[in-house]
Amino acid sequence: MLPFIARRLAATIPVLAIVAVLVFLLLRLTPGDPAAILAGDAANVEQIAKIRAGLGLDRSIPVQFAIWLGQMLSGDLGESFYFKMKVTDLIGQRIEPTLALAAVTIVIAVLVAVPLGVLAAWRFGGWLDRALMGFSVLGFSVPVFVLAYILIWVVSLKLGWLPVQGYRRIADGFLPFLRHLILPSITLSVIYIALIARVTRAAVLDTLGEDYIRTARAKGLSESRVLVRHALANAAVPIATVIGLGIALLIGGVVVTESVYAIPGLGRLTVDAVLARDFPTIQGVILLFSFTYVLVNLLVDLSYVFFDPRIRY
Amino acid sequence: MTLSRKFAVLAAFAALSAAGGVLAQEKVLRVVPHSNLAILDPIWTTAYIVRNHGYMIYDTLFGTDEKNQIRPQMVDSWSASPDQRLWTFKLRAGLAFHDGKPVTGEDVVASLARWGKRDAMGVALMTFVDRMDSPAPDTFRIFLRESCGFVLEALGKPSSNVPFIMPKRVADTDAFKQIDDYTGSGPYIFKKDEFKPGDKAVYLKNTKYVPRKEAPSGTAGGKYVYVDRVEMNLALRDGQAQANALINGEVDIIEAPAFEVYESLKKAPGVKIEMTAPAGLQYMARFNHLLKPFDNVKVRRAAMAAFAQEPFLKAQVGIKELYRTCPSMFTCGTPYGSPYGSEIQSKSNMRKAQELLKQSGYDGTPVVVMKPTDLASIQKLPDVAAQLLRQAGFKVDLQAMDWNTLVGRRAKKDPVDKGGWNMFLTAWQAHDIWNPIANAAMDTRGEQSGWFGWAKDEKLMEIRAQFMRETDEAKKKKLANEVQARAFEIATHVPLGEYVQPVAARKNISGFFITNGNLYWNLKKN
Repeated sequence: MLPFIARRLAATIPVLAIVAVLVFLLLRLTPGDPAAILAGDAANVEQIAKIRAGLGLDRSIPVQFAIWLGQMLSGDLGESFYFKMKVTDLIGQRIEPTLALAAVTIVIAVLVAVPLGVLAAWRFGGWLDRALMGFSVLGFSVPVFVLAYILIWVVSLKLGWLPVQGYRRIADGFLPFLRHLILPSITLSVIYIALIARVTRAAVLDTLGEDYIRTARAKGLSESRVLVRHALANAAVPIATVIGLGIALLIGGVVVTESVYAIPGLGRLTVDAVLARDFPTIQGVILLFSFTYVLVNLLVDLSYVFFDPRIRY
Repeated sequence: MTLSRKFAVLAAFAALSAAGGVLAQEKVLRVVPHSNLAILDPIWTTAYIVRNHGYMIYDTLFGTDEKNQIRPQMVDSWSASPDQRLWTFKLRAGLAFHDGKPVTGEDVVASLARWGKRDAMGVALMTFVDRMDSPAPDTFRIFLRESCGFVLEALGKPSSNVPFIMPKRVADTDAFKQIDDYTGSGPYIFKKDEFKPGDKAVYLKNTKYVPRKEAPSGTAGGKYVYVDRVEMNLALRDGQAQANALINGEVDIIEAPAFEVYESLKKAPGVKIEMTAPAGLQYMARFNHLLKPFDNVKVRRAAMAAFAQEPFLKAQVGIKELYRTCPSMFTCGTPYGSPYGSEIQSKSNMRKAQELLKQSGYDGTPVVVMKPTDLASIQKLPDVAAQLLRQAGFKVDLQAMDWNTLVGRRAKKDPVDKGGWNMFLTAWQAHDIWNPIANAAMDTRGEQSGWFGWAKDEKLMEIRAQFMRETDEAKKKKLANEVQARAFEIATHVPLGEYVQPVAARKNISGFFITNGNLYWNLKKN
């Protein structure tokens, strides 16, 4: 197992290197000039040129790349053009809201979707199954921002139960932290509930037709025990895969939710950085996203061993 | 429990209650600014959000009141020599930076020198300045090579770049490098440790600030602060989400509510609309004077004749009470605002535009109009421009891009097939274009260092130079008229009408006053 983990971790290095080079080159090829953006509306070409030189953007692309690579190898992601802060500090400020939002979302999604999927498979063709399928279609179809505005209108403006926007750090108290995360997490979790529930239903449905399920029932085990200990346990691998993918996608997919609920997370930071052509920040955030993606995939692979003892690495 | 222990518990409760009371009494003004604050140097950039940040923490030598008159702010008294070449200013007593050190003439001289390298009016003023000095801690002097008609207008200019006064050690920073010490002498102190760009910016009341005695007016008058803390919510940028937060009482003020939510906010309980900046903003179309077809003045005039203002205002603002047509390049209602010389646009129509285009020798070169898709405040203008140009007989290539791509592209002088452009549209606050020196579109030095579009006209520069030297107000107005008439004649750019940006606030916020931007003194939260 340990050699496998070491191999996989080592494999992340070329992946990240390729991502880094691609992002660096793509950003330099994209139209837009960070210096012109920073200078403001009334600046003239002369002033913009001085700012460009100050940022080091007047140097050739190979020279810029060499400088950036040197910084990267020493663990420095550079300084943001736009925010005038170290990129690592900037990411440090923004990572908590995004992680918190992603964590609560995935917890809600798993807690709701897995039981729903199991029940739908158990009552295949029944009203619960049909309702779940209908909900799934709705969950996939309704845009996140539409759902967000509906929830805000009903829960916050009409009922006054939860705040409309904002984020409170967990250090400021657990209750305010949770109050500010409930609506965004529900909004974001709907699509994942739809996805995970459908996959769970399909996987459990497959296992329910297996011989060992018939044997378990023949032995007189209760239906709940058959469903959880035998059907769900054997369907766990595809479910774990889709949950893992969901987590990875969530990290990069929170932009709209963070915008509507004014959560200062990595999603908003990415949009701001892209709009401002803030090259160091974009590069830093994308590297972080890539690393997260690789890491989550590794964890999913490792979880297979837990769910299915036959799997060996 | 012993008596002493009971007493200790009661004392602890009393202390906690008192602390709670103090916290409860702390008045926090929660503001949603019009954009994100990231850069913190108001001399380094002209962005309005950074200018507003500057007004929070810095003070100015002069201010511009609501009637557009220049009034002293940090200055107590001043005088000019009979030949108007030596200006002596005395600072008022009690001025101090947030670190407790007094504001001196040396701080002023260093601040003006830095500002004079970046701001358009500052650069213009410095062409007249021989030297500046500070003969005494509370005095500074400006020695001019020749008399200049806009010394006070420049020192009291209300919009970007504002000549904010910084400590000498900060103002000595290279004008093209951002400062990282935010010590000012203004009514608020910036909480650097709480600043999270994209999240929040916090300002504390400067309890040692000594305001002037006069009532606040524009950027002049007493800067009385009635709240303990101002929190700028930098994360809340979606228009509908801002409105929801205001209705729910989670924020107190929205600086620039979206026009789409204006009517619903007007009707919302607990919310009011304030018109704090009636001078408003002006929309503008800018030609690229270097490239075909707008290198031909006759073609530019044909486009100008086609651009009636009403269609732009209807499409972009849409709320009749918030917009007005204005046949002036200097903003109507400001000292030089006048329709003088505007007939080519104000008395024209589409038939006239078509005739002018036929006479111009236009060869059918497509006109590249850049359209920013992500800037709601000007997003619809290019569509109207394209349609009107087509009706006049132009071939139009309307190219969509995000605003920052546009900003990068408009700085390029290359031909269209190598990333160049022919026209972009933008908006300016009234006080940024209200005289011939401040109005960047009237800087017709051409490629040398003029504003994007690089208009070149020596005659206009000559009238502008006369305006700079003139000290008689009546003659200045006449010269401003001449500058404008010439600008219409050569079609430097096209004014597309004006609008007012309302402020939305909770009803318990009072003390709003007329100004040019978003200033947070004199406001009370009940």
